[in-house]
Amino acid sequence: MSSKRQEQAKIIEKLSKRKDKARGCHFKKHEIEKLLTMYDKHLEGSLNVKKLDRLRFRDILHDMFGMTDDMLLDRVFRAFDRDNDNYINEDEWVMGLSVFLNGQLEEKVRYCFNVYDLNQDGFISREEMYQLLKHCLVKQPTDEDPEEGIKDMVEMCLKKMDLDHDSRLSYSDYAKSVEMEPLLLEAFGRCLPEPDKCHCFMNLISDEYTKY
Amino acid sequence: MGQALQRAAQWTSAKGGSGGKLEFTKLNEDLLNQVMNWVEGFGAKYPEESKLIFKSALTWKTSLRPENLTGGYQEKGEDMVSTQTSSKDNTPMLTLKKVASNDYSVSVMSLEFCENVLRMAGNQKLMEVRGCLEANRDPGAKMLGDRFATVEGDDNSIYRFIEEITKEIEQSAKQEGQEGQSDVEEKKLQLKLQLQINRLDQQLLQQSIQQITSEVRLTPATVDGEVNILQQLSGYDEDKNCLESCEYWGDGYVFQNGCRAQPWRQLHGDICYIQVKPHDTDVVYVTANTSGYYCNSGVDNSKPGELDYTKQGDSYRELVTLLKDKSPKFAEMIDKQEFALRAKEKDDALMIQKEAKRDGDDDEYSRERTQDHKVHKETTKDKDMKQKKTQKKKKLEPSLKWKALGMEEYKETDKEKKVVKKKQVPSRMKTRTPVDAEESFSESSSESEEEEEAVERRSETNADLPSEYWQIQKLVKYLKGGNQTATIIALCSMRDFNLAQETCQLAIRDVGGLEVLINLLDTDEIKCKIGSLKILKEISRNIQIRRAIADLGGLQTMVKILRDQDKDLKCLAAETIANVAKFRRARRTVRQHGGIKKLVGLLDCAPLTGQMTPELERDVQVARCGALALWSCSKSKKNKEAMRKAGAIPLLARLLKSTHEDMLIPVVGTLQECASEPSYRLAIRTEGMIEDLVKNLKSADPELQMHCASAIFKCAEEKETRDLVRQYGGLDPLVALLQQSDNKELLAAATGAIWKCAISTENVQRFQDLKAIDLLVGLLHDQPEEVLVNVVGALGELAKETPNRQQIRKAGGISPLVNLLTGTNQALLVNVTKAVGQCAEEQDNMVIIDRLDGVRLLWSLLKNQNPDVQASAAWAICPCIENAKDAGEMVRSFVGGLELIVSLLKSEHKEVLASVCAAIANIAKDEENLAVITDHGVVPMLARLTNTTDDKLRRHLAEAIARCCNWGNNRVAFGREGAVAPLVRYLKSSDENVHRSTARALFQLSKHPENCITMHEAGVVQPLMKMVGSEDEDLQEAAAGCIGNIRRLALANEKARYS
Repeated sequence: MSSKRQEQAKIIEKLSKRKDKARGCHFKKHEIEKLLTMYDKHLEGSLNVKKLDRLRFRDILHDMFGMTDDMLLDRVFRAFDRDNDNYINEDEWVMGLSVFLNGQLEEKVRYCFNVYDLNQDGFISREEMYQLLKHCLVKQPTDEDPEEGIKDMVEMCLKKMDLDHDSRLSYSDYAKSVEMEPLLLEAFGRCLPEPDKCHCFMNLISDEYTKY
Repeated sequence: MGQALQRAAQWTSAKGGSGGKLEFTKLNEDLLNQVMNWVEGFGAKYPEESKLIFKSALTWKTSLRPENLTGGYQEKGEDMVSTQTSSKDNTPMLTLKKVASNDYSVSVMSLEFCENVLRMAGNQKLMEVRGCLEANRDPGAKMLGDRFATVEGDDNSIYRFIEEITKEIEQSAKQEGQEGQSDVEEKKLQLKLQLQINRLDQQLLQQSIQQITSEVRLTPATVDGEVNILQQLSGYDEDKNCLESCEYWGDGYVFQNGCRAQPWRQLHGDICYIQVKPHDTDVVYVTANTSGYYCNSGVDNSKPGELDYTKQGDSYRELVTLLKDKSPKFAEMIDKQEFALRAKEKDDALMIQKEAKRDGDDDEYSRERTQDHKVHKETTKDKDMKQKKTQKKKKLEPSLKWKALGMEEYKETDKEKKVVKKKQVPSRMKTRTPVDAEESFSESSSESEEEEEAVERRSETNADLPSEYWQIQKLVKYLKGGNQTATIIALCSMRDFNLAQETCQLAIRDVGGLEVLINLLDTDEIKCKIGSLKILKEISRNIQIRRAIADLGGLQTMVKILRDQDKDLKCLAAETIANVAKFRRARRTVRQHGGIKKLVGLLDCAPLTGQMTPELERDVQVARCGALALWSCSKSKKNKEAMRKAGAIPLLARLLKSTHEDMLIPVVGTLQECASEPSYRLAIRTEGMIEDLVKNLKSADPELQMHCASAIFKCAEEKETRDLVRQYGGLDPLVALLQQSDNKELLAAATGAIWKCAISTENVQRFQDLKAIDLLVGLLHDQPEEVLVNVVGALGELAKETPNRQQIRKAGGISPLVNLLTGTNQALLVNVTKAVGQCAEEQDNMVIIDRLDGVRLLWSLLKNQNPDVQASAAWAICPCIENAKDAGEMVRSFVGGLELIVSLLKSEHKEVLASVCAAIANIAKDEENLAVITDHGVVPMLARLTNTTDDKLRRHLAEAIARCCNWGNNRVAFGREGAVAPLVRYLKSSDENVHRSTARALFQLSKHPENCITMHEAGVVQPLMKMVGSEDEDLQEAAAGCIGNIRRLALANEKARYS
């Protein structure tokens, strides 16, 4: 037990020291402590595993934030899992949630872009968009070709966001579009929590009662 | 039967002895016949009921004699009684009593014996029924007891009776007592009889109603109409005229009610008497009675100048029908319609004469014309004849055919008159509207209420729909059938269209996009709500979209959103509400759903000064959007009230301290809207908002300046506010704004503010220093009416000071002002007349006004329909007369002018009356004019007004009376018209001015002894004594003079008594 405590203290120390903007953590010390406790709690029951795996993480997202889209949940896991080891360690957990819940707009844009960039090549291509938007239209019985609608949506997105007209979205395209129209932050599907879910979660981990 | 007797039967009004008699009319006869038949047939149909013994006997004077009674009767003293007696108390069923030597009365105890009586009476039976009913006005009550007496209104005795019987039957069933049984039997019989009587009653009523409705009462007007037509058709030509003559009989005097018959005959319903001479018979004398036309017995030879009014023959509903019966020739003519319309010929002749006169110098021509005319007339006559023939087939009554001839014409002209009247009414309304507009202008800024009647414009065909339409349709499809992600993409794409363009706005509506957008507001997705509101905010600039949003219930949802936590969302909702709430219904909806309170809540943000963090910035934005929405909502009176109750005023006051123009404009806009309410004006002053308003007058933004000036315009109705404006240095920027001659709205607001501020004399001083007059006079040319009203109003206020009046003249303002007198805008006219009146106080100005014929223009404005214009024109005339040279001559030169002004004394408006009295006082200075207005009856009209309690009117009225006393026997006339005593009461008034003019009037009146007596009786001496002690010399002198006159009369009286 004591070793665990020491371990936690070490991580807290490390995280709270990171003050630089890009990789800084938005949580306070006691919040990190709560988050780590929560992390441990989720690991309970499976003794031989030390880190959160994909399935458990998806459960957490589903339970805590009501996110349902399997593909996107997978992408969110990828975005959290910075070292690509298919597990989320304590560090990744805290840093991921920091953006997820309290991130600056710029961080969120980066996060979302990462989520949508399925093949991690730094661009969101037509195909990726099609993949992401595949299920966003409810099939109408009258529609001749359901795919036509999706393709149309993709074209609309490109028209709106592809500022350099190269038929794909670069990060800068994406960032500029969001700057112009904040609604486009989650353009290709929900990958951030709803504000009220966010507040709920923050209430869980902070001692002080927030004003909401 | 009781009801029929009470209501339908015609009773003589003079009640001889016990009761009235039934008149000998057809109606009554029918009633009696029916009753008789009923009684006669009763025994056969209902033997048991007919044997039922009456509660009390029916008794009446009869023509039966003892010798008539046969079978079953026996003598008993002088009377005859029936052998059959009632089972109860052994009274005979029929008693024939001798009342006097040859008078008998009969008492009957059952219907059976009634029937017997009738049978015995033989051919006198109708008389018996009549006698019976006359003696027993309510036979039912006598027959069956008082419980069945006829009563007014609801009669439910019979139902109670039925209940009673059923109860008794139940009881007797229990007790099985024999006696009860017979009692019930009797009651049953009673009930049956009563039902029979009721049925008879109903039959009688029905029958009489049929008769009554067929009788139409005549009125003097209808008689006159018919006689007129007949007169037009009568003449001596046997072939053409259907009557020789048709005249009223009598001295020709027409009473006020239109009747010509003598008053004592009018009591009988006579309207007039007509003397008709048909071609084939003697003169027929006809009485036109309210009940119809009938022949009377003609001239009474015994009494000259009197008719024998006895009725001969039947009554007719039309005079024509009567005449047709009397004169076969007339009937023939009427049916053939071979007669000429004399009146038409007369008219023709007249017209020809007129034309001949007009074209007297060109005889040849005129003759041609008249011939043409005749030909024309003849053709029309032919047409008339044809018409008549066709109508003859349709209508049988000749009287109706008249309508095709004379009546129709007569009616048509009537109709025309009505049409003309109708036309006049709207024109009057139109002329009145400008004043209303002015009111609304001063109340709330000119918000076009035409928006309420926005006309739907839609492209008729789908053929040339723009490509946007199809694209928008596609997007709406995605909105409908997509998840949140798709919705947001679609919303964002939709925003790429030019939403300010009407085609796009209407396309969204037409493809059903509005419903989807509004539905999205009800979801939980904040992003969708934001996206939807962003679009709604843009497209709600369109009037039709606003209405559609309101119709779809969008306002309710948006009001709910105002409570949301997300500030962006709140902002957007408030902005959209600001756009939608531009029409009345929407504003009401916002209020009714608690929107005002929530919007006022938005105003409550952190302090505006100091360090601005992004968070605070957003709070300020929220407040700005709230103010924007309140601005729109504040155009409704109830909303203003609701805002005040929600505590908007201190919040607005705080926001007014802001330095951001985009915040200030909605705040000041709201304030100026609300300043139409006195409560807000007070609050604006007490919350220290005037200072901020003045400060913002110097802003660089013309819109803000406009709203500030407009707010000051409205607030400066109150003196304290005007002072504050001056103290904060607001007059300078206002005058500076006068140079903004391009921005008319700003100019109108600024001049309005100057107008109101100039009401305070201290402000006038400052305006003088700022040379405002020159600028204002410069604005008298080429400005819209809204500006002119205010400019002229301002000049009118400024001209109260003598130097300003000169200044206006020097600046060349008199002539444009006089020119404006020819305008039609009522609000403008009120102000112009005021200004011209003020200017006329100056001799030099008056010369110019006189030269420009300004007085004539003022005078013609007395004819204006608007009482405000009338009053202010009359006020303006006063100084004109005072200061014009040869004022008397000038006034006389206005043809009909004096008559006009005297006739205005009939007005109902106090202000008009006061002003006209003042003008008359001035006019009466000239003796000749005084003579003229006396001839026009000014004295009784003034005297009629004396009972007023309005001090302003009293003052000028007394003045006018004082002046008018100086002619002829006007003093006497005032006394005769009862003007003196009310004048004495004026002395109790608290107004010094009233005292002065009243004392003057009393002094003048006291020169006639009769008036002195009246005054003295009214207790004039004591108040006058007090007034002798007044500091006002004028008042002193007049009061003393009056007392002197009274005293002299007393002395002369004493002298006369002792010498």
